[in-house]
Amino acid sequence: MSQQIKVGMADYKVGNGPDKLITLGLGSCIGITIYDKRKKIGGMAHIMLPKNPDPSKAIAKFADTAIDAMTKELEKMGVNLKDVESKIAGGAQMFTFSSSNEMNSIGFRNAEAVKQELKKKGIRLIVEETGGNSGRTIELDLDNGNLKIKTMGSGEKYV
Amino acid sequence: MTIILNRLSLLQLDALKELGNIGAGNAATALSQILNKKVDMSVPRVKVYPIEEIPELFGGSENIVVGVLLRMFGDMQGSLMFLLDEESALKLLDMMMIPDVQHVTEEIAMSAIMEVGNIISSSYLNSLSFFSSLTIVPSTPGFAYDMAGAILGTILFEVSEMSDQVLLIETDFLGNGEAIKGHFFVLPDLQSLGILLKSVGVE
Repeated sequence: MSQQIKVGMADYKVGNGPDKLITLGLGSCIGITIYDKRKKIGGMAHIMLPKNPDPSKAIAKFADTAIDAMTKELEKMGVNLKDVESKIAGGAQMFTFSSSNEMNSIGFRNAEAVKQELKKKGIRLIVEETGGNSGRTIELDLDNGNLKIKTMGSGEKYV
Repeated sequence: MTIILNRLSLLQLDALKELGNIGAGNAATALSQILNKKVDMSVPRVKVYPIEEIPELFGGSENIVVGVLLRMFGDMQGSLMFLLDEESALKLLDMMMIPDVQHVTEEIAMSAIMEVGNIISSSYLNSLSFFSSLTIVPSTPGFAYDMAGAILGTILFEVSEMSDQVLLIETDFLGNGEAIKGHFFVLPDLQSLGILLKSVGVE
């Protein structure tokens, strides 16, 4: 039986096929999945901010420390980072202001930080569904690595 | 000064509740005046929540809601948000006599809902300014119609850089009997919270 493992805001989880990892309502936050097809092992993180000012705490909230912690956990499960592929989604700009745009960049900055960190780890990024103005819910099937992206208004798609 | 949220004293929480009460009372009056209908409000709740629990307060991360966001600037910084479900939003538009609205994302609908958010927030800030002698200025409103988790994440990221917990000052509005359920809340950043408490003498 496959189980659905829920990943909350500012959290990450790892698991094995045939389970599924899911995170709901990504706005400016980013959902990061890292998956090893051969071993059917993967992880999902839901980060809110780009860079952790104090890496000793709140590791799952920030792109840099969350990716670091999650990959270490995957490695402990026997995953080689050379074999994995990553898909990311989120980083939207939820509110459109007519004037000020100081808030606009957080989704973008999150996406940049995630990509930078993945690159640092030498992880291949194969799907990037970031930006736009809509929230997303994502579900990673740990049996085959398919990522379901649900957006309000435009329905579901698999990437 | 940094505030540790779960160490706020009862007196401090009480002060925040009273400020919330006066502010929300003003906001409800303003809303009642533009709608020309009776508007009730709940006694404000002032509570500290872990960040990950916030979307659950609004029906879960995937619950579709309408949100109006204003930022506050000046002596205090943070966010003000007016949230309501789609059905309530349509009823609100009806009460404002905006004709033929099929969907909340129509230009006129968004504009009218933003204006309501604007009026509530401004009257709230007005009374907060008055009692705290702080100068607080709202931004123009922003509109979103999407999943609650996505909307809330957008404002939570700011406070979440410094804390795993969030202080919400929240009030429910009920208009026209109970037909319209709106939810208004204030999310001051941590530093501003300290400034606010100091200004009303409960440092």
